[in-house]
Amino acid sequence: MSHLVILRIVSKFLIPFIFIFALYVQWHGDFGPGGGFQAGVIFSSGFILYALIFGVSLTRQAAPAWLTRAALAIGVLLYSGVGVAGMVMGGNFLSYSVLADEPTHGQHLGILLVELGVGITVAAAMITIFLTFAGKDR
Amino acid sequence: MIILALMGFMAVIGIAMARIRDLFAVVILGGIFSLLGAAVYVILDAVDVGFTEAAVGAGISTVLLLGTLALTTSEEKVTPESRSLVSIVAVIVTGAVLVYGTLDMPRYGDPTAPINHHVAPRYLEKSGDEVGLPNVVTSVLASYRGYDTLGETFVIFTAAVGVLAILGRSRRQPKRKRMKARKG
Amino acid sequence: MELVGLLNYWIVIVLMMTGFYIVISHGNLVKKIVGLNVFQVSVFLLYITMGKVHGGTAPILEEGIALYSNPLPHVLILTAIVVGVATTALGLALVVRISDAYGTIEDDEIDAMENND
Repeated sequence: MSHLVILRIVSKFLIPFIFIFALYVQWHGDFGPGGGFQAGVIFSSGFILYALIFGVSLTRQAAPAWLTRAALAIGVLLYSGVGVAGMVMGGNFLSYSVLADEPTHGQHLGILLVELGVGITVAAAMITIFLTFAGKDR
Repeated sequence: MIILALMGFMAVIGIAMARIRDLFAVVILGGIFSLLGAAVYVILDAVDVGFTEAAVGAGISTVLLLGTLALTTSEEKVTPESRSLVSIVAVIVTGAVLVYGTLDMPRYGDPTAPINHHVAPRYLEKSGDEVGLPNVVTSVLASYRGYDTLGETFVIFTAAVGVLAILGRSRRQPKRKRMKARKG
Repeated sequence: MELVGLLNYWIVIVLMMTGFYIVISHGNLVKKIVGLNVFQVSVFLLYITMGKVHGGTAPILEEGIALYSNPLPHVLILTAIVVGVATTALGLALVVRISDAYGTIEDDEIDAMENND
């Protein structure tokens, strides 16, 4: 679809805002609606829009296969790592209260990291799935 | 009232999806269906869920279904009359049993319903002190039910790996075909 | 009059049965997956409907608000939606592979091919 001028220009305008909105949803999820799941999906939709307009091979330059595959694992590892860190610091698996001096600070830190892990995995999974579908033929 | 109207729209779109044979139209109707669902969630106070449904149901899954149609076919064969008759009977019987099952369910919006008396009040009362976040959904999701969410994240991870395993390798095939075509 | 409070559940059941009908009556595999999605959304609606409390607001803690809707179904369904799209993608990937292998995505034609072999 890269010959359609309006689509090309508008998507170039939109994609940065999509990414900023995804980051806002990611970090503001503690206070308003949002969180890792939604942020991951919105972040990946920026890549999907780019892939729809400019094609898969250009998108693969921005998000190479090794990067999305590594991110897929890094998110899950970050989540489990926070759980293990809780165990190392004397609590149970996935208990965040021991992560900092005060229990609520520990909870804040734990939830922030865990949501980041969820966001990374979801974004990488959606990008991987879409690019696998789109790159299969054509 | 507005919920009933929106859900009525959803039912109409659902029936249209069952009847239309052009799969492209079905997929687009599916997107509208999800968007209406997101509106209903927001009215029912589930803002986080509405947010997710709008992004996922109306966005990503529609795009994925369209991608599948591009790789396969977008026209459905006519179903035999006998098969749809049998299915209609099965569906009506199941539906009647389910409606009978709802008769002694708690009424809509009832604050004394059993679902509102187990752990939910505790989350609402204590999470402000224990976790210190305003969004109760986030604190339950990431802290109280962290195991659950860890499992769900692993499911998403596994699904992506599965898609890669099923489709990722066959990308080499078209290349071979192209080489054959060039040789021929 | 008592039954008015059940109307939501009944519409949910209509949606659920529409999805069920699409899955069992159509042979096209993409249509079956669309039917599963309809069914899935109806189950989500059932959960969220049960969590609603009359006069409650969205479960985001704020000074001066005493009554919130039940946050627990929201958490369960929030994760279920994202897992749902991931599993849908897996199903669609299988459909694409089946179409590559058999050249069709109608289940009776696939059955006929299997029986001929």
